[in-house]
Amino acid sequence: MTTIITLAYLVAAVLFIHGLKQLSSPRGARNGNFTAALGMVIALAATIPLLHFTRAGLVIIAIGVVIGAVVGTVGARMVRMTAIPQMVALFNGVGGGAAALVAVAELLKFGVHPPFAEVFPSVFSIVIGSVSFAGSMVAFAKLQELMTGTPITYPGQQVVNGLLAAAIVGFAIAVIAIAAIPFSFLSLMLLALILGVAFVIPIGGADMPVVISLLNACTGLAVAASGFTLNNFALIVAGTLVGASGSLLTKLMSDAMGRSLANVLFGAFGQVHTAATAAAGAQGRSVRSASAEDLGTLLAYSQRVIIVPGYGLAVAQAQHAARELADVLERRGVDVEYAIHPVAGRMPGHMNVLLAEANVPYEQLKEMDQVNDDFKNADVALIVGANDVVNPAARSTPGSPIYGMPILNADQAKNIIFMKRSMRPGFAGIDNDLMFGPKTVMFFGDAKDSLTKLVSAVKAA
Amino acid sequence: MTNELLNELTFFVLAIFVGFEVISKVPTILHTPLMSGTNAIHGIILVGAILIAAGADSPVTIVLGLIAVTLATTNVVGGFVVTDRMLEMFKGRQPAKRPAEAPVPK
Repeated sequence: MTTIITLAYLVAAVLFIHGLKQLSSPRGARNGNFTAALGMVIALAATIPLLHFTRAGLVIIAIGVVIGAVVGTVGARMVRMTAIPQMVALFNGVGGGAAALVAVAELLKFGVHPPFAEVFPSVFSIVIGSVSFAGSMVAFAKLQELMTGTPITYPGQQVVNGLLAAAIVGFAIAVIAIAAIPFSFLSLMLLALILGVAFVIPIGGADMPVVISLLNACTGLAVAASGFTLNNFALIVAGTLVGASGSLLTKLMSDAMGRSLANVLFGAFGQVHTAATAAAGAQGRSVRSASAEDLGTLLAYSQRVIIVPGYGLAVAQAQHAARELADVLERRGVDVEYAIHPVAGRMPGHMNVLLAEANVPYEQLKEMDQVNDDFKNADVALIVGANDVVNPAARSTPGSPIYGMPILNADQAKNIIFMKRSMRPGFAGIDNDLMFGPKTVMFFGDAKDSLTKLVSAVKAA
Repeated sequence: MTNELLNELTFFVLAIFVGFEVISKVPTILHTPLMSGTNAIHGIILVGAILIAAGADSPVTIVLGLIAVTLATTNVVGGFVVTDRMLEMFKGRQPAKRPAEAPVPK
């Protein structure tokens, strides 16, 4: 029997690996998700013969599975596309929490003197799982705007976090070495939860994707550690796969933002940012703005328009309005394209998903490398709620926090229409010289309303 | 070190290398779906959760088991469904044929 179970776990592991492989190419991505889900079903089915149910055990598994399945399905189905990043944070957090609880429950079984090979991975799983749970909940709250998205900092924060981490390590060693007090695990869990919160609050809302990815990798490792405690092959392999691929993905994500991971995590960003704003200080400079009618005429008589969508478009749910404007323009013979920055929106790839939802044809979505040389031939660059990704400071101002980040060359277009809610700086918290440029016209307002106004103006032109 | 632990360590180390290798060429537009997909895979902790919940016989283990199973199921189900919802949007955009430098209409 154990042979069959082990073989089934092996099949599941192969399916997970193959699923990940498929998920990393656009062609097979959706199938990759099914492949991985199939692996999960096989792993779960193979586990059933290992179970020795008590009556209570049967009841709580049934209740837990039903609640979890309903919450998971409804949550994932009902959530708006713009809110998907925080949903991923939430699902990641509960996984981390589950890993920690599994480790606690397993350790309680061993009583006062658990063997080292059991207690070491369990303590690891409790700490990392709890940090991941608490951190993910803070990331969720920040993205859902239940709390402020700006970094929360106070003097000596790094020292406090360092001490907290040291306390956890010390406590963990004590638990592993002495292991006489079963409920000491719960105190350890509590400390780790506090660290999770303390770790994430100083990181800005714009960096949450990288944080979620990192916590995702952490949950993977916590799951693998629980696998060592339970001597379960499926948990070890699947958890480690996620831990490793999640770590690499975290690095790839921060690379795409032109930042180092350490820079994202340890608040260096905030410090540079104060210096840069002080230096740049745009007070008193004037901007041009124009009426919807003027801009509608400008757009209607252009030959080539490149739309640069950003997070402002995503929050305003303006992707459908953007497509409507593009349709109206195309009917007049205007060439329309969308320039997608790798980190446009809240997460890498997020903007592609939103525009695809509005049925924007794939051929019109241009990645940065494809489109950057086209800007100089464009009559209008229409910037909808984007900011940092078109900030020329990334090219020209060493010392700016975004210096060196690859940007879209919107400044090279003949005209630039900058649609924004206000003059407020973007996530990076720095001014954008492009707004004050001679070719730039500001058009203030909610992205969706503004686009709708432009649609009528183009129709009237 | 027992044989079992030695085997487990072997799987652990090999899985690290496979995990790095398997996603090393992912394009930026798939970062979010991939993160969400790996997120669903660590929902495998549900296997661990049902293993500890099945034998629950005291109030403490009953409570721990119930919470663990609920959280883990949410992770698995929500993770796969939300990933599928993201990837649903990519349909019909067959092989990312980058129009080999499409002629720029002047």
